[in-house]
Amino acid sequence: MLFAQAAEAAGITDTGLAAIGYGLGAIGPGIGIGYLVGQAVQAMARQPEAAGMVRTTMFLGIAFVEALALIGFVVFFLSQG
Amino acid sequence: MILGLEFPPLGHLVAWPTFFGDDTLGVNKVVLIYLFAVLLTMAVFILGNKKRLVPTGMQNIAETAVEFVEDSIIRQTMGTKGLSWTPFMLSLFFFIFFCNIFSVIPIIQMPATARIALPLFLAVLTWVLFNVAGIKEHGPIGYLKHALFPPGVPKALYLLVVPIEFVSTFLVRPFSLMVRLFANMLAGHILLVTFAVLSAGLWTPKLYAIVLPLPVIAVIFFTAFEILVAFLQAYVFTLLAAVYIDSATSHEH
Repeated sequence: MLFAQAAEAAGITDTGLAAIGYGLGAIGPGIGIGYLVGQAVQAMARQPEAAGMVRTTMFLGIAFVEALALIGFVVFFLSQG
Repeated sequence: MILGLEFPPLGHLVAWPTFFGDDTLGVNKVVLIYLFAVLLTMAVFILGNKKRLVPTGMQNIAETAVEFVEDSIIRQTMGTKGLSWTPFMLSLFFFIFFCNIFSVIPIIQMPATARIALPLFLAVLTWVLFNVAGIKEHGPIGYLKHALFPPGVPKALYLLVVPIEFVSTFLVRPFSLMVRLFANMLAGHILLVTFAVLSAGLWTPKLYAIVLPLPVIAVIFFTAFEILVAFLQAYVFTLLAAVYIDSATSHEH
């Protein structure tokens, strides 16, 4: 609602822009999670006895990276009004 | 809009009529789910507390869950000294999981965590808890020093580091905890509704009804995926709560 009003004030009326914005916002976290999980799998394959610790740290990292994409998701709905 | 299909406005997907009470303190479907999740969490604690040598039924589930929370959440993040937090972590995990899992239970099909109130409350609870635990451990001044002044930084850089640490510890942490749980569950709910509406719209005697199996398969697939997400979000929330409490009470600096 807030974002929709701001966009209207700026003369932007196309709400499809929000979808494009979310898509752009999802690129970074997508690359991040892919790299993170890939490295974690490599670590687990090299050192299977450390798999438990690596998995916990991996989920922590995913949670932090994913927050960016989710904020984009929420902003998308806010701008839909 | 596709195929003349009208998708309901997004606000309608999570809005439920109030059964009784007024708007602020009324009881609707989501409140009933909260209450039911509380009862289920209590049931796990009560039924799992039999202490027989050979566990059966509920005790089996409860023991597996305690082992999971202790081994893969608390021991990995807080070490052995964090085991006194097990009751809190266990109830947090089960409460969030039960609230989430209602997104795939037939007829109910509404994650209680897709309304912002519950994630907000849980995030504020975690925020208060890790701050109180930190203040108890270091004292009020010592805790602020522990949280805001990381050691080994040149004196001049504290001008930059302290505001960043303040924002990331006291503002971003509760906000991201809240948004992560809320947005994940809302996104899953919207996905399920989208494919269910699409399936219902394709149930027509027209030629394009031959693509009906695709959204039906998608609904089944995403229902299974939502079970995984319900578990994973409960796990991640509990894990982050444990990490935050540990970083507030740790002494390694």
